[in-house]
Amino acid sequence: MNLTLKIWRQKNPNEKGKIVSYPVKDIDGDMSFLEMMDVLNVELIEKGENPVAFDHDCREGICGMCSMYINGEAHGPDRGVTTCQLHMRKFKDGDTIYIEPWRAKAFPIIKDLMVDRSAFDRVMNAGGFVSVNTSGNTIDANATPIPKEDADKAFEAATCIGCGACVASCKNASAMLFVSAKVSQLALLPQGKVEAKERVIKMVNTMDEEGFGNCTNTGACEVECPKGISLENIARMNREYLKAMILK
Amino acid sequence: MDKKGQLLSISQVALILNVSEKTVRRHIQSGKLISKKIGGVHRINKSDLDHFLNPEKSFSLNDLKAEIDNSFPRENQEPDGPLVDKWSTHKSKIKLVNPANKRLIDIIVVGSGLAGGAASASLAELGYNVKTFCFQDSPRRAHSIAAQGGINAAKNYQGDGDSVYRLFYDTIKGGDYRSRESNVHRLAEVSANIIDQCVAQGVPFAREYGGLLDNRSFGGVLVSRTFYAKGQTGQQLLLGAYSAMSRQIGKGKIKMYSRHEMLDLVIVDGKARGIIARNLVTGEIQKHSAHAVVLGSGGYGNVFFLSTNAMGSNVTAAWKAHLKGAYMANPCFTQIHPTCIPVSGDHQSKLTLMSESLRNDGRIWVPKNMEDVLAIREGKLKPTEISAENRDYYLERRYPSFGNLVPRDVASRAAKERCDAGYGVNKTGEAVYLDFASAIERYGNEKAQVLNLDNLSKEEILSLGRKVIENKYGNLFQMYYKIVDDDPYFTPMQIYPAVHYTMGGLWVDYNLMSSIPGCYVAGEANFSDHGANRLGASALMQGLADGYFVLPYTIGDYLADDIRTGPISTETKEFDDALEDVKSKISKLMKIQGERSVDYFHRKLGKVMWNNVGMARNAEGLNTAITEIQKIRTEFYSNVRIPGESNELNPELEKALRVADFLELGELMAIDALNRSESCGGHFREESQTDEGEALRDDENFTYVAAWEYSGNPSKPKLNKENLEYKNIKLVQRSYK
Ligand SMILES: Cc1cc2nc3c(=O)[nH]c(=O)nc-3n(C[C@H](O)[C@H](O)[C@H](O)COP(=O)(O)OP(=O)(O)OC[C@H]3O[C@@H](n4cnc5c(N)ncnc54)[C@H](O)[C@@H]3O)c2cc1C
Ligand code: SF4
Ligand code: FES
Repeated sequence: MNLTLKIWRQKNPNEKGKIVSYPVKDIDGDMSFLEMMDVLNVELIEKGENPVAFDHDCREGICGMCSMYINGEAHGPDRGVTTCQLHMRKFKDGDTIYIEPWRAKAFPIIKDLMVDRSAFDRVMNAGGFVSVNTSGNTIDANATPIPKEDADKAFEAATCIGCGACVASCKNASAMLFVSAKVSQLALLPQGKVEAKERVIKMVNTMDEEGFGNCTNTGACEVECPKGISLENIARMNREYLKAMILK
Repeated sequence: MDKKGQLLSISQVALILNVSEKTVRRHIQSGKLISKKIGGVHRINKSDLDHFLNPEKSFSLNDLKAEIDNSFPRENQEPDGPLVDKWSTHKSKIKLVNPANKRLIDIIVVGSGLAGGAASASLAELGYNVKTFCFQDSPRRAHSIAAQGGINAAKNYQGDGDSVYRLFYDTIKGGDYRSRESNVHRLAEVSANIIDQCVAQGVPFAREYGGLLDNRSFGGVLVSRTFYAKGQTGQQLLLGAYSAMSRQIGKGKIKMYSRHEMLDLVIVDGKARGIIARNLVTGEIQKHSAHAVVLGSGGYGNVFFLSTNAMGSNVTAAWKAHLKGAYMANPCFTQIHPTCIPVSGDHQSKLTLMSESLRNDGRIWVPKNMEDVLAIREGKLKPTEISAENRDYYLERRYPSFGNLVPRDVASRAAKERCDAGYGVNKTGEAVYLDFASAIERYGNEKAQVLNLDNLSKEEILSLGRKVIENKYGNLFQMYYKIVDDDPYFTPMQIYPAVHYTMGGLWVDYNLMSSIPGCYVAGEANFSDHGANRLGASALMQGLADGYFVLPYTIGDYLADDIRTGPISTETKEFDDALEDVKSKISKLMKIQGERSVDYFHRKLGKVMWNNVGMARNAEGLNTAITEIQKIRTEFYSNVRIPGESNELNPELEKALRVADFLELGELMAIDALNRSESCGGHFREESQTDEGEALRDDENFTYVAAWEYSGNPSKPKLNKENLEYKNIKLVQRSYK
């Protein structure tokens, strides 16, 4: 199929960006979206132009690097997938595709489609852990049985890949889904309960300081989240946060 | 001095070649003529000059053999005493650094995967000042995140007879008797602790209804010792290590350098004292110093271009250490994983693994009759329409005792054998079926019984069975569906072997120190524990064992001598020279401005590697590979085009620097494979097989680790042999029949 790509080009954080139009030809439906971008880039390089910079690494939906806003949706039109798992069979001959970076105050653009998501790391540094040392002197793993249901729920929350699609699709650029996934995972497990209160306060405060917006419950994040992280996590975090503030 | 070792100056070479000195310098700049800098001036090895004059002359093993000297130049530091006591005795004897002194010591860790992440967190907890580097935008995205199936540990929670000894034995046997007994035993010993540690961190492993941890089994093993978190075990373990790191970053004990790439190792007075790194966002080249450097930079499977590794996985950090004197051990030992999604076309940028855990429930087959194969390829027949007696479950047929759960090397070769014989089931003829129909029916019936449902239709039973399968492998099935557009709940998956893991890597002693003092290597980047074939679920185990439980002890033994050294200055000639080298290499690459993209060369190299240094190897193919790779290298340095500038974010430049190193490593892999004329594990030399087509080892001549030393010329490495001694396990030909 032949397509027209309208891509956000921005040389660096300081210069202004703009949408540039590129035709691409002979795209196969079995290609992934990023493989289609590879085709464009090789063409640009061999013509002596600058290729489009974008983040990617695993190309199988798990590292959370890839991050494109495609036709107005984070990770594009397909559900439950990251950009790298999106395949060209979702498009048809003659389509025009708009490709932009994540847009949020807390995620400044570095170049073209690449943004700086280190704010997520800083939220994690504030409390996204259990304070145990890796000394090897811990108790036997089976000493504390955990109900399967809790373990499964904790696991579901823990599958967040930190991609930031939730922030990009939220009109307030809120990071609630991301932060609540980690808070929930650890609050659901006995190992994490001990410092649950302190954790939620520190993570939420850091989230606010980093410039993420407020949550107004539009639910857009859940729809675009490639890992199906549920809004229930936000509700759980709100409860945890209230509890922590009351008992403070 | 003999002729081979003779060093020539630029003016001498100019005389010999009858050209100007400027021309000689140009040849050096372009990489065509290899030179070493000694005391700041270029010196050219006579043998490199010969090679320059006559590059087509194919590689000669005799040249190489002449250079082998018999004594291994390094101690492997293996402690004395009985195998089972070695690690505990060693731990009690090695030197310690007191907590106040740890604050005076800096450690650089390159890599934030399981090995680097675990090491960074543990070393910081102990009190050292840690600087960690990764090229991704966050340490959480290291390639370990992609591991799917599970992690082994000798917990014997299932009461099925597992033990430290059994895990040790399985790993040595699985590796086809080409790893060090002492290292592997230590790995088995600490394995159980890993699970305790991860659970304490909040890693949500799969559990049974009683709340206890669940296990599954993996290939090459007769017990269930694999812990897992659905098909995302690597993700959960890495996020555990990342959270431990986050805690230390928050405390200021780890300084994290994301989007930074190590481009050289700096040696001062014979010790590793720092690295040169490039800030990938600004392009700035930086000097970083430390008292010791830990490389946890992962494997080099991407030398094949197509592999299951992440796009950025590379050999650069390890290769730079190699060029500075670290031995590269058994580089030809690569793992080709049997169950990956087949290549679909020329556009393909990477391959996707379907976890080995699927072989617990999936049965592998191809049609028995050629008519059926052809009908399938033409789209006239569906696999589900072929009856059981017309299917060849070739693994069950050839290996009745292990069946579909033979080790990876065996399963991969068997798939290749069927496809080479013409029975491949897709258009390219390179695919076999992995079929879940029997498991779906079995689980459906079990579930119906448990729920006391008698009058279910076949379809209802199958739908119950599908639920069970979804619970176990849901994300893998979804991944397959999204890529192939075919639903594996209803039709068998198509799979084919692909490059997945590299057992070879930098040589390390028992303490995980490379042959450069102060340069440690952990995880997939070292060669240590998996011999010639790695068993499933043991890389995660090794990465975490190295990082959490081994390095934190062994590195102290070395650093104890450094407590009075004080901070290592970067304002020295060694750092400046290394910095200049990196800068000049970059500007040399940027200046070429040829006609081809970096990927063009990478793909070309990958093809040569896959065809000649892949699943089956022979002397002729390996010799071809060596000459072909040399040609691609020359072409690369004259015709690659890197757009943009070096002082900005430039992904093409990043790739070019990585591919430049793959172009040297690939040749070494071929040389190593040529030298090892036996078959063992994943290294299959067609010249060395049994009557039944199984790998035939040659213990008399090859029970050693091939530790290659850089000589200044990538085509003329020096071979050092560390002999492997088996005192506790008897060497036998592996059998999984
Ligand atoms: C798809 C897949 C599935 C797998 N499944 C399993 C499984 O189920 N069980 C199992 O046991 N094993 C599995 N493996 C193997 C296992 O995942 C890896 O061997 C292991 O995770 C490697 O960990 P590592 O820490 O050594 O390296 P990696 O995780 O690869 O980390 C390398 C780190 O080094 C950094 N780095 C590299 N070079 C540089 C440089 N020059 N400068 C700065 N930083 C650098 C990277 O940024 C990264 O942080 C799987 C592998 C793949 C590909
Ligand atoms: S919650 Fe979903 S969208 Fe947000 S970072 Fe995690 S995986 Fe991405
Ligand atoms: S590249 Fe890793 S999730 Fe897309």
